[in-house]
Amino acid sequence: MTFKYRALLGACAIGAISTGALAETITIATVNNGDMIRMQGYTDDFTAKTGHEVEWVTLEENVLRQRVTQDIAAKGGQFDIMTIGMYETPIWGQQDWLVALDDLSAEYDVDDILPAMRGGLSVDGTLYAAPFYGESSMIMYRTDLMEKAGLEMPDAPTWEFVAEAARAMTDKENEIYGICLRGKAGWGENMAFLTATSNAFGARWFDEDWKPQFDSPEWNETLTFYLDLMNEAGPPGASTNGFNENLSLFQQGKCGMWIDATVAASFVTNPNDSTVADKVGFALAPDTGKGKRGNWLWAWALAIPAGTQKVDAAKAFIEWATSKAYIEMVAEKEGWANVPPGARTSLYENPEYQKVPFAQMTLDSILSADPTQPTVEPVPYVGVQFAAIPEFAGIATQVGQEFSAALAGQQTAEEALEKAQALTADEMEAAGY
Amino acid sequence: MARAVKPQRKAINTAVAWSIGLLIFFPILWTILTSFKTEAQAISDPPVFLAFDWTLENYGIVMERSNYARFLWNSIIIAGGSTILGIMIAVPAAWSMAFVPSKRTKDILLWMLSTKMLPAVGVLYPIYLLFIKLGLLDSRTGLVLVLMLMNLPIIVWMLYTYFKEIPGEILEAARMDGATLREEVIHILTPMAVPGIASTLLLNFILAWNEAFWTLNLTAAKAAPLTAFIASYSSPEGLFYAKLSAASTMAIAPILVLGWFSQKQLVSGLTFGAVK
Repeated sequence: MTFKYRALLGACAIGAISTGALAETITIATVNNGDMIRMQGYTDDFTAKTGHEVEWVTLEENVLRQRVTQDIAAKGGQFDIMTIGMYETPIWGQQDWLVALDDLSAEYDVDDILPAMRGGLSVDGTLYAAPFYGESSMIMYRTDLMEKAGLEMPDAPTWEFVAEAARAMTDKENEIYGICLRGKAGWGENMAFLTATSNAFGARWFDEDWKPQFDSPEWNETLTFYLDLMNEAGPPGASTNGFNENLSLFQQGKCGMWIDATVAASFVTNPNDSTVADKVGFALAPDTGKGKRGNWLWAWALAIPAGTQKVDAAKAFIEWATSKAYIEMVAEKEGWANVPPGARTSLYENPEYQKVPFAQMTLDSILSADPTQPTVEPVPYVGVQFAAIPEFAGIATQVGQEFSAALAGQQTAEEALEKAQALTADEMEAAGY
Repeated sequence: MARAVKPQRKAINTAVAWSIGLLIFFPILWTILTSFKTEAQAISDPPVFLAFDWTLENYGIVMERSNYARFLWNSIIIAGGSTILGIMIAVPAAWSMAFVPSKRTKDILLWMLSTKMLPAVGVLYPIYLLFIKLGLLDSRTGLVLVLMLMNLPIIVWMLYTYFKEIPGEILEAARMDGATLREEVIHILTPMAVPGIASTLLLNFILAWNEAFWTLNLTAAKAAPLTAFIASYSSPEGLFYAKLSAASTMAIAPILVLGWFSQKQLVSGLTFGAVK
């Protein structure tokens, strides 16, 4: 064997070893929703491009939250990437639990991420999680029932109009209810909706000294309005209805209006599942003329826990999954209506995507939510439908139980607010605020 | 003396027994039926019982999306391993408590049982940290150990109860014939307690198979059993009941079949010593 061949063989061997050393298997914890499952199906594309393999751990949302919190706090290192939301990102980023995404490639174009999403996933201007898809909330309504009621839905309605329309559309004998809203207790269920709604009524969770504000007239007005509307125009048993229950009711043609996540638009307009697919209109979440709308802002984002040993492979995956190229690949294979929405500005500038019926309203909803200034009066927290402090989830779930009990008729709005004020004050004091 | 039962009373008893049996089985039946519906039919109001378009689509989706064989294999290893290891430790322990009791035997038994009264979440964090130190996170070995320890008090209690029914004189006779302790336990005691050991094995296998707290908290991708497989089909936004039901049916099918074929041993073991 000549020297040349030996050198070539040696180089090949070194190349093989170094490629083997670079190729890693990363573990990703995620939730079970359409866009995430679709992404799992395209894992081969990522592996082909980078050589890295991917192991998926799909969990129920609350289990995922508990598992990743536990793992990140104990530095268990079980996950190299975790799917987290806008609530966790600022808290965990502040505690240095996440790897900063401050060195993403120029090709990735981090400036293309929608400003509202980027702001909600950053701490002091540093991005800690890349949005895979984002959402706000909006009104989905039945165009036929609205017409039958002799009303026309404006693009940006008030709560007064929504209440009037809901009462006019209600036909309880035929099981048609003017409005379907969340009532199931939970910080991500009824409290996501009611906190966002309270912003439109001028209420807030805390004043600038972190004093709870449930004893304010604004909260009283919010809750009383919600209870009256739901009692008159809502479906029976609404205190146990969350996203999926209301989706089911709307798809069966039993709701005149439904105010919920923008992602629901694709479900209610899907003729395979929805009996009213061709009779759905969209409008911005309502306001009361005080300058804030009752729509929330949320993103499911990919973040890297600080304890992982595979930062480079994890970053490569995040760049791949949240890139413009990924969106184009999904659009090419499954159509523009199936791409992950709400994360990138360029998506909404794309003429093809602009043809999707709910695209513009989704963008308008996202743009009208400001997590850094969510309320009419100033607040010391970030977040539209939550306050980004570690104590919020626990407190809001308890408050949600009180409000849900009020919707079930077990107590009055005043009693529920009194209990909410007392328990929030106790918890905040115990937490040292 | 057997009590005389009128035919009318017998019919009522049978009807009541069947009603209770069906009531207990109904959630499983509903899960199985839902797994053959479309997502829209699964949440229809009023619910449909049998008059729907039966489909295998959900099973197809579940099989395509998840590596069922890997979850199943993990469940078998974890449930089987923890049960066998538990029996190996519990048989000598129960033997000593039943045949060579000390003054504190009852106290020890009660203390063992009292460990079951502590909510599992109370020891989650210490065990999690221990697992990190020992490198046992997301490993079948770790789960075998934890589930064995969690079920050990029940295994010891069940075996102790069965062993107490065996006359000590038989073991004494074996000892007089020159049997060693090992021979006494393996060749004399164990064959006599087979119904009890079999039902303990089966019950603990079922308990370990269905265990969801530890298996969800201590696993990720490699050692996750069927409980994690089911959990992956719940969704925060979107309809999932039919697919979740298909996943649940696939997860409980092996244990249902096992329970069906071993019901005679289970019943005879669980009622062992009930009639003297």
